[in-house]
Amino acid sequence: MTRQERTGWLFSAPVLAIIALVFVLPTALALALSVTDYSIYALADWSNLEFVGLGNFVDLLSTPLFWRALGNTMLFAVLGVPMAIGTSLFVALLLNDATVRWKPLWRVLLFAPYVTSIVATAVVWRFLFNQRFGLINRALGAVGVAPIDWLGDPHTSIPAILIFVTWKIFGYNMIVFTAALSAVPVDLMEAARLDGASRWGRFRHVTLPAIGPTLLLATVMSVAGFLQIFAEPYVMTLGGPAQSTTTVLYFMFDEGFKWWNLGQANAVAFILFLMILAVTIIQTRIGRRHEWL
Amino acid sequence: MRTIVSTAAAALITALTIAPLAYMVVVSFMPRGESTTLPTPLWPSRWSLENYHELLVRRQFDGAWFDYRIVPALVNSIGVAAVSTALGLLLTVPAGYAFAKLRFRGRERGLQLLIASLVVPGQVAMLPLFLIFKELGLVNSYAGVILPSLAGIFAILFVRQATLAIPDEMLDAARIDGASEARIFRSIVLPLLTPIVVTLALFLFLGSWNDFLWPLIVLADQHLYTLPVAVAAIAREHAADGELMMAAAVVTTMPVLLLFLALQRYYLTGLLGGSIKG
Repeated sequence: MTRQERTGWLFSAPVLAIIALVFVLPTALALALSVTDYSIYALADWSNLEFVGLGNFVDLLSTPLFWRALGNTMLFAVLGVPMAIGTSLFVALLLNDATVRWKPLWRVLLFAPYVTSIVATAVVWRFLFNQRFGLINRALGAVGVAPIDWLGDPHTSIPAILIFVTWKIFGYNMIVFTAALSAVPVDLMEAARLDGASRWGRFRHVTLPAIGPTLLLATVMSVAGFLQIFAEPYVMTLGGPAQSTTTVLYFMFDEGFKWWNLGQANAVAFILFLMILAVTIIQTRIGRRHEWL
Repeated sequence: MRTIVSTAAAALITALTIAPLAYMVVVSFMPRGESTTLPTPLWPSRWSLENYHELLVRRQFDGAWFDYRIVPALVNSIGVAAVSTALGLLLTVPAGYAFAKLRFRGRERGLQLLIASLVVPGQVAMLPLFLIFKELGLVNSYAGVILPSLAGIFAILFVRQATLAIPDEMLDAARIDGASEARIFRSIVLPLLTPIVVTLALFLFLGSWNDFLWPLIVLADQHLYTLPVAVAAIAREHAADGELMMAAAVVTTMPVLLLFLALQRYYLTGLLGGSIKG
């Protein structure tokens, strides 16, 4: 073994061992447990553990709340991803304009919500969304909109949480897009301008292809992020009203750590994993077709 | 003219974004009950510290001590975040360097596995990890909170990416001069990586400080709660006490916001990959 070889292992083995213990091993176990009836009885004594094959998955398919959670999560992703990515891109484009002054200041302040605690800011937003005393309804009232019971109405609970999430995360993608926009070829942009291309035309044919890979990556990460939404409904609505904000991960948490149906909860975790994997593969395919990757 | 319009637009969006945080601070200084009067007040009638006092100071009620455990949770959070940051750096920085610059068997395979594992969401591992930690006696302990945060796959790749830019000739020259591998790492690589290490330290600290789901799962004892878990617990019981909850939110968000503002140069350039100027 060479000196480099020894050092290489010395430097990387400790962290690899931890990754194996807290990530690789449990992930493998998750698959194994998802085909068992691991519950509070097995927690007390392993001999109560039984193999149930695909039983957990079949059970889930006949659990209305699971379908509800799946639907809610999809709704979060379908509405949330365009909302979050669109806002980030819009602000990044605005800040990319050469005429804007004090850019570093705006950038730092717009990024600030991203570094705050989800729990603490969810508490703040729950307060802002209060039907009677919330600032949002007061602002809406000023333009003549009747008070909305944001978090108490199943129709507005998801939009309300999405407004909070978008507020919290758009700064991150804005910075990522800013970096990508700085790589848009200037001479190409000038040429398009001279050829009389419209603002939209220049965006569509010059900017978009240049930032395509970044846009794709941000979308992939955002989809994964929205599919894993948990803390926001946990703090703001407890999954309600009328289970309108119970997400897959929320369902998994309740199954696992409230009812101790760990076999069932692992099956949920696996379905979540497969969903994220599937969406990632589809998005990568689309990216390849457009030669963004 | 265009400068004014575009700058005003940027300022407006920024003001809207910062408004919830500003309002959080303002409400936290309102006298108890003021925020739930109509029309919703935008400014305290008088600046009051009673919410912070109630939240942070232990009081005696009917002969029993009572407090919201925010100060202990604050101390716990600082401790947990400091330890996970220090250990995280200790583990991932050398590993990132090894994956970038040291030739050893299994390196490529290891790297591929690390990248592949980024697709697996952490929540898949969470339930079995709880069972493993239960067997190991790590449930309801800080070791149980910290250990998973040390599996820094992203951190390793982040350090590796930055290390690739260091020229091989520099390291080889040191080797020919007879420097040991440990010495090369300490005296040449680490100084060059300082900005990256600071950036990573900030990422790790913020990640640990804001982490919620895993501490919620692994900590059962109230005395061990970290700040977000403690705040979520108070929020369940004191949802109606707007001013008190805003004070709790201020205590939770301000330390990291200030840390971020102080070190934003590192954080943002870390994200931007050094590609952006003013």
